Amino acid sequence: MATYLDFEKPIAELESKISELRHVPNSGDVDIAEEVLRLQAKVDKQLRATYAKLTPWQRVQVARHPDRPHAQAYIDRLIEDYTPLAGDRAFGDDLAVVGGLGRFQGRPVVVLGQEKGSDTEARVKHNFGMARPEGYRKAQRLMRLADRFRLPVLTLVDTPGAYPGIDAEARGQAEAVARSIETCLEIGVPLVSLVIGEGGSGGALAIASADRILMLENAVYSVITPEGCASILWRSNTHAQEAAEAMRMTAQDLKRLDVIDEVIAEPMGGAHRSPDEAIDAAGSAVGRVLAELAALDADTLRRRRREKFLAMGKKGL
Amino acid sequence: MNWLTNFVRPKLRALVARKEAPENLWTKCPKCEQMLFTKDLEANQSVCTHCGHHMRVRPLQRLPHLFDEGKYELHPLPKVPVDPLKFRDMERYDARLKKAQAKGDGATEALVVASGTMGGRLAIVAAMDFGFIGGSMGTAVGEGLVMAAEMAVARKAPLIAISASGGARMQEGILSLMQLTRTTIAVGMVKEAGLPYISVLTDPTTGGVSASFAMLGDIHIAEPDAIIGFAGPRVIESTIRQELPEGFQRSEYLLEHGMVDLVVHRHKLRETLMRLTALLSGPAGAESRALAAPSR
Repeated sequence: MATYLDFEKPIAELESKISELRHVPNSGDVDIAEEVLRLQAKVDKQLRATYAKLTPWQRVQVARHPDRPHAQAYIDRLIEDYTPLAGDRAFGDDLAVVGGLGRFQGRPVVVLGQEKGSDTEARVKHNFGMARPEGYRKAQRLMRLADRFRLPVLTLVDTPGAYPGIDAEARGQAEAVARSIETCLEIGVPLVSLVIGEGGSGGALAIASADRILMLENAVYSVITPEGCASILWRSNTHAQEAAEAMRMTAQDLKRLDVIDEVIAEPMGGAHRSPDEAIDAAGSAVGRVLAELAALDADTLRRRRREKFLAMGKKGL
Repeated sequence: MNWLTNFVRPKLRALVARKEAPENLWTKCPKCEQMLFTKDLEANQSVCTHCGHHMRVRPLQRLPHLFDEGKYELHPLPKVPVDPLKFRDMERYDARLKKAQAKGDGATEALVVASGTMGGRLAIVAAMDFGFIGGSMGTAVGEGLVMAAEMAVARKAPLIAISASGGARMQEGILSLMQLTRTTIAVGMVKEAGLPYISVLTDPTTGGVSASFAMLGDIHIAEPDAIIGFAGPRVIESTIRQELPEGFQRSEYLLEHGMVDLVVHRHKLRETLMRLTALLSGPAGAESRALAAPSR
């Protein structure tokens, strides 16, 4: 069963009609086949129209769509010889962060990302993509490993934020995030970040202080969730829609602010409708960017990475 | 002339005025609730004279107690685009900013950068101001920290960052988030130059500030009983729906959990900073000390 978002109601109705017609026993009926085709054309038109003008809040919903491909789906499709690595060597293994070694377009890389999970059981297992300190320390460890063996790093960003809990605080969540940002800046190998869904604040930035930041068309990236922003600035989370607009959290706005480098177009109707197509588009963009960075030595990479972030914020909208 | 203007108005005025005077004269300690003579409290660096509670102080009140003879130079923050996102919540951000700057307390942003000598040794201090929009970190604060770091490197001086912040400034959206990376770069430059970077964490240090430069010091000093953490206590309570343990996220809790090196009383902060910067300046430190202003 597909999950429909609020604003996809007309599409849901059309698609349910189509599936009803497909289940009509007399399947040789030409009229029915024609009707299905006609309805399908309508669906396409409706999808195109809806997705051509999504509001920021609607993009937030798309970015969080349960059927949207998550980090593991990207790894499974883009990385050969994937060998997951576990643990922070200090406390434990945080399943909110997945990653390891593998080959991307034939070349060895380190890949890591936040995994939200695709069903209830998996979501609980991966803590909805909210990492604890050991997750960020695992990320640091993998980045250092990449640095040592001169392997490029690909990070997949998809998290509501770093986990806000007693245990996370006790083990130094703030320090873990800060140190992870620092590690991103210190490694002398290409670091490319791909925001695939939700870029939630420091928890996202911790693995995205990168040479290049690519973002899917319907992904979002912000300093706080729109709900959190609304509850602080409007003193009510019913203003999340306004907060989503005010914060400029869409890929399109972030590109205009020069905070990200590239927006990757999603298939019609969003990545959740055609996951493979979305992942392949992202994969070819990552491949192109990694090729650009491959020629640069460690010092140049570090220096340019610094300069890139130091130049940010000099320009408004 | 009638009885209204003559008789009622002065009485009303007296009512209003009576409220104001004691507020300035007396301050209530938020911890022990003792009424304290404000002058005494200020003389005691805003540490409660009754229970020792460290109240929040603003940079301009704190700095004279850190530098030799209370003398230091202030460095204006670099200019940055105002309200880059044209942000509006219940109020426009540019208006909110102007209002905060027009309070008459001299604060123009949530950070003050100062330089001066401590025990004859030059130090650069970047002190955050919780009294300015909750000490929130936007582009101006980030840029100020970059400036302070560059100054420390150019003048071969240690950098001391004193944090007091609720986190990133939401009205600057993603650009405020980018300050986590930018300030991490800033303190990285100081470390790379082989200079000490000392982080002093004061009440409160949470969110984006704790998740960046404040937690990356060579040495972490906390003021007693300060709230220090990633997520604010209310956010945690609403997420996990249970009460937080006593003393949670306080300086002493962080000391116990290995996140800070020292918890230091405000009266001892200057001498602690002097001792640490001297120890970390190595043998070469003796030279720069001789070159600095004559000792007192």
